[in-house]
Amino acid sequence: MEKVQTSRSFTVPIGPQHPALKEPEHFLITVDGEIVTKAVVRLGYAHRGVEKATESRNWVQNIYILERICGICSHIHATAYCLGVEKLAGVEVPPRAQAIRVLVAEMERIHSHLLWLGVAAHEAGFDTLFMYSWRDRETIMDLLESLSGNRVNYSVNLLGGVKFDVDDELARLIYDGIDFLEKRTQHYLDVVTSDAMFLQRTRGIGTMTRSQADVLGTVGPTARASNVYRDIRVEAPYGAYGDFPVKIVLDERGDLEARFVVRIKELFESYRVIREILDNLPAGELSTRMPRRIQEGETVSRVEAPRGELFYFIKSNGTDTPERIKVRTPTICNMMSVVKLAVGHQLADVPMIVVGIDPCFSCNDRMTVVDRGQGQRQGWTWEALRRYGIRHYQRLAR
Amino acid sequence: MKPTKNRHPDRLAGLKTWARINSPWVLHFNSGSCNGCDIEILATLTPRYDLERFGIKLQGSPRHADVLLCTGAVTRQARSRLLRIYSQMHEPKFVVAIGSCALSGGVFQGCYNVLGGIEKVIPVDAYVPGCPPRPEAIIDGVVKLLSSLKAPQGGDGTAAHASEMVEKLVVEHEHR
Repeated sequence: MEKVQTSRSFTVPIGPQHPALKEPEHFLITVDGEIVTKAVVRLGYAHRGVEKATESRNWVQNIYILERICGICSHIHATAYCLGVEKLAGVEVPPRAQAIRVLVAEMERIHSHLLWLGVAAHEAGFDTLFMYSWRDRETIMDLLESLSGNRVNYSVNLLGGVKFDVDDELARLIYDGIDFLEKRTQHYLDVVTSDAMFLQRTRGIGTMTRSQADVLGTVGPTARASNVYRDIRVEAPYGAYGDFPVKIVLDERGDLEARFVVRIKELFESYRVIREILDNLPAGELSTRMPRRIQEGETVSRVEAPRGELFYFIKSNGTDTPERIKVRTPTICNMMSVVKLAVGHQLADVPMIVVGIDPCFSCNDRMTVVDRGQGQRQGWTWEALRRYGIRHYQRLAR
Repeated sequence: MKPTKNRHPDRLAGLKTWARINSPWVLHFNSGSCNGCDIEILATLTPRYDLERFGIKLQGSPRHADVLLCTGAVTRQARSRLLRIYSQMHEPKFVVAIGSCALSGGVFQGCYNVLGGIEKVIPVDAYVPGCPPRPEAIIDGVVKLLSSLKAPQGGDGTAAHASEMVEKLVVEHEHR
């Protein structure tokens, strides 16, 4: 790729699009030599107008469209929505349904974290880990499929309950799958904390202090890796988390390694919660009756998605369609930290810093648009940047 | 330089088709999808499904790609990108629309920012329905497309042999 350089610093537009769900982004990174001096992010390429669309669909139809905001955390979107609508309608959901919701949410967290581990390892050039973690992820995909019949958009939630039950046979399958994954996860924890080449890409990179994480409003594992006590499952337990409490996983270091460690340790916590739910699954109904029209009012629903706090605002005007639904996804909260943290780092570290927040564009490098602007702009594809980062560290290792 | 005369046009076409069928490079583009189809495309590359045993390679540049795997209802911002990528690909090029949204807009039909379906923007050669389609379905879609690419002359041993090979691999895969 030819390089255009007219002054000491030049701007590198990356993207402009990474295949993604709600937040595909375009990064404009200004570098002085190797060092990033400024980073700008542009969001909104996959904006489909989901929030507006919810206003023309009824309460039940909306479960399905909101579930498809994100293919990775689909269940948690539907859960947030259903919890909010049930709160508005004043409906009490049976405990068994709440427990199954949490069970599926934790299974989804496992699939999402393993997916992220693979993608992040791929960005660092560690494709072996990518392949292994995705192979093991198929275990949890199989379990989700045997539970719900679909691998990705499970559609477990109903307004007022859940659709699918967990019987003894399925429970046994889940126990076995979890046992296998726990062993593998221990191995991954050893790898990301001991592999010298990998640590070179993660240790001390993209360090975010606790106060920075607080000020930037980061959420989820990104915040917890900077020792910020922020987890909706712990702070404001919803669903069955009151009966099956989760221990918060924190790390003090705030660098990329800490983000790997926090996410992997959260997997152990998920395994423990899943076992606990299966051991003590409350008996009873799966769903309860819901009115077709939801009484007037507005509410806020907060849940902990795999990437952090997911926030729903729901307003009803007493009809069978919502008046307004507002969604705030965790990636948008964490995106600012990327823009801040990239400054002062080498260009080679940018892919890892971006991936470190687990942005919901987990399939980021699967396409390329080379954007050649005028003057001192130079177009880089995500793939080129990733390779650049890997080569840079290979040179250092020599 | 004097252009070399092509003495065996049929043979050459057969050879090209043979090469194309045995090693198609695919490009993945998300034109406003929810990520569901995209993670399933990625899953086809990983050890359980292992798309590469068919010689199919996922790579980054439209200029090197034979097949475009397209997911998602096309959003207004993504439209120009999709057209640009399609025009950057060399002939002959093929498009596979993956997932309900790519086929018709799916649940996002009627959203103000959604055009609805890849075929509204670029011609599509194969459709893989599902929300999202299973990795097996994606592999099947791509392989069916490849099987249909027999040499235009027909009866060319090489190309026919190649598509037979592909079909055989699919059968093997199904029996696994």
